[in-house]
Amino acid sequence: MVEAGRSPNIELLSNTDFLALDGKPGAFTARVRVRPRYIIPEKCTACGMCAQYCPRHLVDGYNEGLALTRPIHIDYPQAVPASYFIDPKACMYLKNGTCMICLSVCQTRAINFDQQAEERELHVGAVVMAPGFGRIPDSALEKYSYGAHPDVVTSLEFERMLCASGPFEGKLLRLSDRRHPKSLAFIQCVGSRDLGCDNGYCSSVCCMYAIKEALVAKEHEPELDITIYYIDMRTQGKGFDAARIRAEDKGIKFVRARVAEVMPWGQQLKLAYSTLDGGHFFKAYDMVVLAVGLDAPADAAKLAQSAGFALNHYDFCQTTTFSPLQSSRAGVVVAGAFQGPKDIPESVTQSSAVAGLVSALTKQERGKGYVIKTYPQEQQVSDDEEVRIGVFVCHCGVNIAGVVDVPSVDQYVEGMEGVVFHAQSLYSCSQDAQEVLKQKIKEHRLNRVVIAACSPRTHEPLFQETLKDAGLNRCLFEMVNIRDQCSWVHANEPQAATFKAKDLVRMGIAKARHIKPLPEQTVSVIDKALVIGGGIAGLTAALSLADQGFLTSLVEKQPHLGGHLHDARYTLRGDDTAKILKNLINQVRKHQNIEVYLSSELGQITGYVGNFSSQIKGKKTDDQTTIVEHGVIVIATGGREHRPPRVLDAPIKYSDRVLTQNDLERRLAGRARNRAPGLVVMIQCAGSRGDDLSYCSKQCCNEAVKNALKIKEINPAAQVVVLYRDLRTYGYAEDAYREAREKGVLFIPYSLDPKPKLNAEGKAPEVAFYDPILREEVTLAPDLLVLSTGIVPEDTEELSKLLKVPITSDKFFLEAHVKLRPVELPVAGVYVCGLAHSPQPVEEIIVQAQAAAAKAAIPMVKGHVLVEPTVSTVDQPSCIGCGICEALCPYQAIRMIKDEKNKRKAETITASCKGCGICASHCPVFAISMGGFTDEQIKAQIKAFGAS
Amino acid sequence: MTSEEFNPRILGFLCNWCCYAAADGAGASRYQYPPNLRTIRIMCTGRLDPAFVFRAFVEGADGIFTGG
Repeated sequence: MVEAGRSPNIELLSNTDFLALDGKPGAFTARVRVRPRYIIPEKCTACGMCAQYCPRHLVDGYNEGLALTRPIHIDYPQAVPASYFIDPKACMYLKNGTCMICLSVCQTRAINFDQQAEERELHVGAVVMAPGFGRIPDSALEKYSYGAHPDVVTSLEFERMLCASGPFEGKLLRLSDRRHPKSLAFIQCVGSRDLGCDNGYCSSVCCMYAIKEALVAKEHEPELDITIYYIDMRTQGKGFDAARIRAEDKGIKFVRARVAEVMPWGQQLKLAYSTLDGGHFFKAYDMVVLAVGLDAPADAAKLAQSAGFALNHYDFCQTTTFSPLQSSRAGVVVAGAFQGPKDIPESVTQSSAVAGLVSALTKQERGKGYVIKTYPQEQQVSDDEEVRIGVFVCHCGVNIAGVVDVPSVDQYVEGMEGVVFHAQSLYSCSQDAQEVLKQKIKEHRLNRVVIAACSPRTHEPLFQETLKDAGLNRCLFEMVNIRDQCSWVHANEPQAATFKAKDLVRMGIAKARHIKPLPEQTVSVIDKALVIGGGIAGLTAALSLADQGFLTSLVEKQPHLGGHLHDARYTLRGDDTAKILKNLINQVRKHQNIEVYLSSELGQITGYVGNFSSQIKGKKTDDQTTIVEHGVIVIATGGREHRPPRVLDAPIKYSDRVLTQNDLERRLAGRARNRAPGLVVMIQCAGSRGDDLSYCSKQCCNEAVKNALKIKEINPAAQVVVLYRDLRTYGYAEDAYREAREKGVLFIPYSLDPKPKLNAEGKAPEVAFYDPILREEVTLAPDLLVLSTGIVPEDTEELSKLLKVPITSDKFFLEAHVKLRPVELPVAGVYVCGLAHSPQPVEEIIVQAQAAAAKAAIPMVKGHVLVEPTVSTVDQPSCIGCGICEALCPYQAIRMIKDEKNKRKAETITASCKGCGICASHCPVFAISMGGFTDEQIKAQIKAFGAS
Repeated sequence: MTSEEFNPRILGFLCNWCCYAAADGAGASRYQYPPNLRTIRIMCTGRLDPAFVFRAFVEGADGIFTGG
């Protein structure tokens, strides 16, 4: 968020309504209305003084109404823009023309009551719709006594209650009596899978967030008794089932039941629920959490009308399986929950993917109007030059000065070695303070700057920018945190806080004496991509890169493109897969930017982000080898249907009677007269979720429902029985699940204790299982026994070694960050998508491939990779070539080379270095130096620590 | 010296990405903790050379805190 706020190429229009969209792709005119915030964001320092003095209260919407705020407020401290705003419906001046107290207390004069709403026209090439999701209406919550009893809360409210910075500082309290609850129930599927409120879909995220909230609650209150009432536990995401098992291990109970109602009962709440076998039960709890689903945004219809795109029958944006992010209006794309309920990693993936789509749509205009800031020539600061330090101590309004005696800290530095100038500033981050800083740097010929203020994590880039503007290298800067880690946390101990601030400033100055300018380094990028794998993921990624204008080499080990999607004959939405795939392959083959290598694989690879060199070799020994130079790599090696030799402890012999879902699909798409016989039994999680594979393959439930419907279509008289553990038709696939049930497909849950018994070796398969509805053992002799066997990745181990990228214990590639960097691998310049990342349905594979292509395009669009100057450097004469650093580097950023005397030496690959310093701390001969964190600098800080 | 009088000087080495960020977060939430800690920000606790720890004790630290 901060990064988006800081980019000179992103204009943030918050507090703004979208009104209309005219024109066509490449030349849209969007009309928006910017509402007045009555505060000038550039002047507001978010010090909070105004809110302290504002006399009115306002229910705090950000905290779900559980706390109070003021009409002049900021939702939360990290909000972007970091500026307060005034709610005109609550402000006394804006309503009644009185008060104006804030105006006089605001020291930066940021408040402006004369602001008016402003209509603006924006000329854009494409539009991304990302309005998020809406709320489940309260009427759907009433049967659970929500609104009637304070201890029935929604999961959103519960989330705020558990939050350390929330209204109760993370303490779990009942709203009725502010006591800690002893027992708590979660009710799943509130407002989802519920035709009563017209939400027939599954919200996809509630099961997982309920588990998360339950685990957090358990951390706060280890004795708390927690039960989750659910229909199906839909923890289908990567690693999600493991979280469920962890929750069970922590004592959280899971009960498969439908909760009919919640009624107040003495000091408690009484749940009435029914289980699968028809039993009715009551149980009392201290508190009830409703796991509310994600509704369509409240203004979806208005948005769709003003932008001219279609909504689906649930009022989310309408898209298709194979163009999952394209709305019905060309040039308007969609990302996030508005495309369909989804979690954070998927939303982040979609947002990257739409950026790529937009980049392709607007590629003619690329670079036009792009703001690249220029700086004056950097002044040379040599090692033997006199150190001239300027120290600035910030008041931050009263945030620091209210606790720390700022004038005495300022006085304290007088006469310290190297300090030639020191001053105080009211707000050192304000625009005018930057001007003062620049002026003082020139006036006093400062060559080091120390600012004692807030956190370098938020403000270092701002001050470094000012240093660059003043012609100083940005590394000649040290920040001392006397707010976040001093005045704010020692508010009641002004003396001790002042003492600490002095210590910290002294340590900062000690370091500053040793800081050196570091070069701004860039690494050029070859604007060519390598995509490994020619299945749906690889094809989509290659096409997306090529459409964005980059030459792409696509390597496929099979003699043809398309991968395992050739096995799919139709989709849940009825798409003709073969036709679409053929079309896609044709587009790839004809694209002038794509070079296809069939029957080939990656031999060797050398280099680093921006400059890879890969050997592509044919699979036959006499095939020729090609060397490709490229800047980025997209891994799309895919996965395949698992064929476990044993299922539920029974040996399996695959035949025309015992098949996988893929086998069945092929059979159903054929012409055999008896292809959909009288009795078909499907077994879900056959070999998955601990049976053979440890994980859930995410798509098998959809596949089973799809094929069950197909059987019913071909032969309505056929009986289809699906034995399942949790039926995971998340999202809109729930519609198909409902349809299948309506058409008479029998869905029967099975337990693992005892497991169903299979006889699947001979010509007459048999299944015996306990039917919880009939409450008896049932034996079936189906015509077809169909196993939903899950997905395994294609060979990832070899590639993982070749590229030095990690894989999970399940052999899928492990992304750099599960939520924030879902398609990037820890090694810079390497991206992953599709089944090589995790099992997922085709729609999600396409999105992920588009996202990986978009991410991979970033360094190529820029033409270079910027390297933070704080990287390691090896002093090669001192290096003894032991290789410890190379082995320890988590980013493959150190390589061993031979010097001119043929001796082994370490060398940092600057482009890959993340500056962690593990190499420096482990080098036995101190040959590695960390830019900005040298031994000398840290030792000086330690020495200064002791010098009080 | 009684325990009431013992006012330890603790030197902390905080990882920029996690513990230092968390310490900022504690500030934003106005959590209060004893003012005995002085911190040195490093980019990863992997940077923490054991020699730094010994040196800090030599310089008079009563305890070392490391968070990463």
